[in-house]
Amino acid sequence: MKTVQLGISRIGYEVKTYYRQGDTVFFTFLFPVVMLGIFSVAFSGLGNVGTNPDGTGGITQAAYYLPGMIAAGILLSGVQNLAVDIAMEKSDGTLKRLGGSPLPVISYFFGKMGQVLVTSALQIALLLAMARLVFAVELPTDPAKWLTFLWVYLLGIFTSAVLGIALSSVPRTGRSATAVIIPIVLVLQFISGVYLAFNLLPEWLRNLASVFPLKWLAQGMRSVFLPDTFETIEPGGDWQYGWIAVALVIWLVLGLIACRMTFRWIRKDR
Amino acid sequence: MTPNDAHQPLSRDAAVSVRDLRKTYADVTALDGVSFDIGRGETFALLGPNGAGKSTTIEILEGYRNRSSGMASVLGIDPHRGGVDWKARIGIVLQTSAEAGNVSVREQLSHFAGFYPNPRDVDEVIAAAGLTEKAKTRIKNLSGGQRRRVDVALGIIGRPELLFLDEPTTGFDPEARRDFWELIRDLKREGTTILLTTHYLDEAAQLSDRVAVIAAGCLVDMGAVDEIGGAEARIPIVRWRDAGGIHEERTHEPAAVVARLYAQRGGELHDLEVIRPSLEDIYLELVRDAATEVAA
Repeated sequence: MKTVQLGISRIGYEVKTYYRQGDTVFFTFLFPVVMLGIFSVAFSGLGNVGTNPDGTGGITQAAYYLPGMIAAGILLSGVQNLAVDIAMEKSDGTLKRLGGSPLPVISYFFGKMGQVLVTSALQIALLLAMARLVFAVELPTDPAKWLTFLWVYLLGIFTSAVLGIALSSVPRTGRSATAVIIPIVLVLQFISGVYLAFNLLPEWLRNLASVFPLKWLAQGMRSVFLPDTFETIEPGGDWQYGWIAVALVIWLVLGLIACRMTFRWIRKDR
Repeated sequence: MTPNDAHQPLSRDAAVSVRDLRKTYADVTALDGVSFDIGRGETFALLGPNGAGKSTTIEILEGYRNRSSGMASVLGIDPHRGGVDWKARIGIVLQTSAEAGNVSVREQLSHFAGFYPNPRDVDEVIAAAGLTEKAKTRIKNLSGGQRRRVDVALGIIGRPELLFLDEPTTGFDPEARRDFWELIRDLKREGTTILLTTHYLDEAAQLSDRVAVIAAGCLVDMGAVDEIGGAEARIPIVRWRDAGGIHEERTHEPAAVVARLYAQRGGELHDLEVIRPSLEDIYLELVRDAATEVAA
């Protein structure tokens, strides 16, 4: 009971400190929002995407990029945010201090998960609001689509958070954390259909991207936010919900195992 | 405590009990068989030069490091296995402050107070640490000395039975140091057991009931501040200079020695001094002797 109560207290503390950190707010929280704005404006001259042969129909660039940016936001809020955050806490002594206090490890992670959930939910709300209000993107009205969104989002955010915690033990120092983590996350975004249309990538690159979770997350989000007519141009020929679930669950389990094996309050010597 | 005490069982009544504690890294021996007890309510200071093993000892007792061999009991628990309930009974002030940039002093203390079953009042602790005016300031905007006071405040917020202080006053100005001593005396009056490491001998003399001097991983001496080094080390020294160089004579009767020398020479002595060895002199001698022994 105390563990849960402390976990909730940690969520408040974590969310508060998250928004007080200028660089995190920009590079993790606002980044997808800024990118959606840039892509929508920069490519608006190219006209709609997926038009009929006679030039009618199709969707705006903003509508086309929205699902990718939501997927990227989930990755950033989980992986990038936590990997850098925890690596910093490890090197600046925060974890050592917490490790000497009676805070249970579970409550600490509860706080981190809560922070990720709260900030990513706000981020997605901001993305959707901007898409709808600034770029007049039609959002899905079918409840079934929102149900799909919910499970893909929840599975995606938990997987991202767990992988972020696991990756936090890779950088040797807090200072090198961003230099180690950001390139990984950036490359994934380029090969997983966030910035570049996934169906236009060479097959070997698509196969490579399919090993990682972001590709599946982006695919799931496309299935929610793009019209059904886009299903046929997916490399797989359909949205592949089964594979999305399988891929994300596998990464979730791998991440949990890695966390269990690598996380320590401090680098304890033998 | 003599080396034989290494073979005595751990004391169950003591707040801290350590027997033959050893810690070796790949090719370095950081601790080479240290044994001591700290009674409940006692303030115990570990003195020693940098690298002597003070922090290694304290971090083993805090549960941060594993020992290579020997026995240790902290509040009746092996610190290596100390869980959350045990941590709620100790307070730790680490040698280096953690960055806790983006929260205010009060936010940080209130948050940490929530971890403990019976914490102290947040505002009282802030006042005791002399931070009332800075309570709403973000910790990252505090000076080094003020941050150190936040560390101390965090160490005592949980009303610990045993408080570890690892060089707590480094970077304090003299006034802040005196305020800090008052705070520690208050804790002591409330019955808190304190294990302190420090570079400042006056601090050890002001605060501690007993001190232990550690050098090169071994306990060199242990006892009340006015007893370490033995009675011999406290015998006054008469020092003077003549054509043959500097001379010293240890004596319980310095005035008689001076009178004798004066009579012998029939006049003033050059650079005459009568020295009562200070704690610092005694300490330096202990540490120097230990270093020579290791070298030999």
